[in-house]
Amino acid sequence: MSDIPTDCKYVATHEWARLEEDGTVSVGISDFAQNSLGDVVYVELPEQGQDVVAGDEAGVVESVKAASDIYAPVSGTVVAINDSLEDEPEKVNQDPYGDGWFFKLKPNDEAELAELLDAEAYQEVCDAEEH
Amino acid sequence: MADHSSALKTPLFDEHVAAAGKLVDFAGWMLPVNYGSQIEEHQSVRTAVGMFDVSHMTIIDVHGGDAEAFLRRLVANDVAKLQEWGALYGALLNETGGVIDDLIVYFLPDRYRCVVNASTRQKVLSWFSKHSLPAMSFAEQDQAMIAVQGPQALATVQELWPGCVPDSLNPFSACRFGDWLIGRTGYTGEDGVEIMLPVNDAAAVWQTLRAAGVQPCGLGARDTLRLEAGLNLYGQDLDENTSPLASNIGWTVAWQPPERAFIGRQAIEPQRGNCPTKLTGLVMRDKGILRHGQDVTTSAGDGIITSGTYSPTLECSIALARVPKEATGPCQVEIRGKLKAARIVNPPFVRNGKVLVDEA
Repeated sequence: MSDIPTDCKYVATHEWARLEEDGTVSVGISDFAQNSLGDVVYVELPEQGQDVVAGDEAGVVESVKAASDIYAPVSGTVVAINDSLEDEPEKVNQDPYGDGWFFKLKPNDEAELAELLDAEAYQEVCDAEEH
Repeated sequence: MADHSSALKTPLFDEHVAAAGKLVDFAGWMLPVNYGSQIEEHQSVRTAVGMFDVSHMTIIDVHGGDAEAFLRRLVANDVAKLQEWGALYGALLNETGGVIDDLIVYFLPDRYRCVVNASTRQKVLSWFSKHSLPAMSFAEQDQAMIAVQGPQALATVQELWPGCVPDSLNPFSACRFGDWLIGRTGYTGEDGVEIMLPVNDAAAVWQTLRAAGVQPCGLGARDTLRLEAGLNLYGQDLDENTSPLASNIGWTVAWQPPERAFIGRQAIEPQRGNCPTKLTGLVMRDKGILRHGQDVTTSAGDGIITSGTYSPTLECSIALARVPKEATGPCQVEIRGKLKAARIVNPPFVRNGKVLVDEA
């Protein structure tokens, strides 16, 4: 069983998005995703200041096994990136919802978050992929 | 996840489930890609001992007076070089010199034993039928196979099963232990053995090895270990359209005696010494991962990556690439539209725990 915290929203492509107290949205990949990928060895992040549209490619995560695109869950401007993943990409495996975050967005419209999957709906996506 | 319902289970399937192996469909078999961390599994084999379920491999025994003549015609390496209990690595070529499969042939007292890939099983069996000679027969064997690999592999199996493998057993030779056949062979670049054994014994042997602390390893670690060791993977580094001379296994083609007419000889003999391309190694110190199919630009022309991965031992990406034979030194690889700097090196990258390419 993978960990699916209820304080995040999810995309069927396995990114999570969490509205922080400062109004920014943190983005990463789910526990299910890191487990499917296996050992993460490289992460390519967007540029700080870059504008992204929901569904756009905003980075790449590579495990030993395969490369996988990261899509922006909502539209906005990249206001922070997790530089530490450059030297410690294994954080994505160890703490996918914490130290393994990828980037933070200043969302154009917070309401977009409401359209994403909640934990329960995302659980169904994972179950469907497992069977 | 893929639908596994039609995939075959090896005799060790329950052991993989018990060890929380993450199962995938590999050439029609359900096998673990890892049991948690493939990097940790990789390190176990480089520094201690690990084991792999390789029961999906196809084992074909060839019997009879024409068995030698048959294999001398089908295998580009020459089985006539083998002493009893010896083994050799070689390629099955088609008429145009492409590689149908790579295999290991053991010369046993009453037969030859061929171990070929799982993905090529049907076409190899068809090829054998097509070229079969009157005084011979061949039959696929229903056996399990466990590879125990790493610097402590031999000591581990010797302690668990006293007398199973003599210290003097040379690499690429085999011995019998009860109804096991044990070869000092592998696909990791480390010392070790591959044990072929009755299906019904497999689970108990696996459990005994596990209880002794041997790390179960999945397909993921198998791939990074073989790539660091510069060993080819059929379907990526070897295929039916590519000569063995363009795949860094020219050393397995036995040109002597000149009159031995192995299949494919006529096609590849003109390339002898002047094959326009070579399969060589790449190291990339930049961040990013080299992958199969990426384009390579060298000073001598363009090439392509046949296998690429992250090397846990070098802690950077490595690859095998087919490039013009004159290519050396720095090169560039296109990754998602960006050119990245890499360097051409001679494989293997790692053997017996030691890095063999300079750290520049």
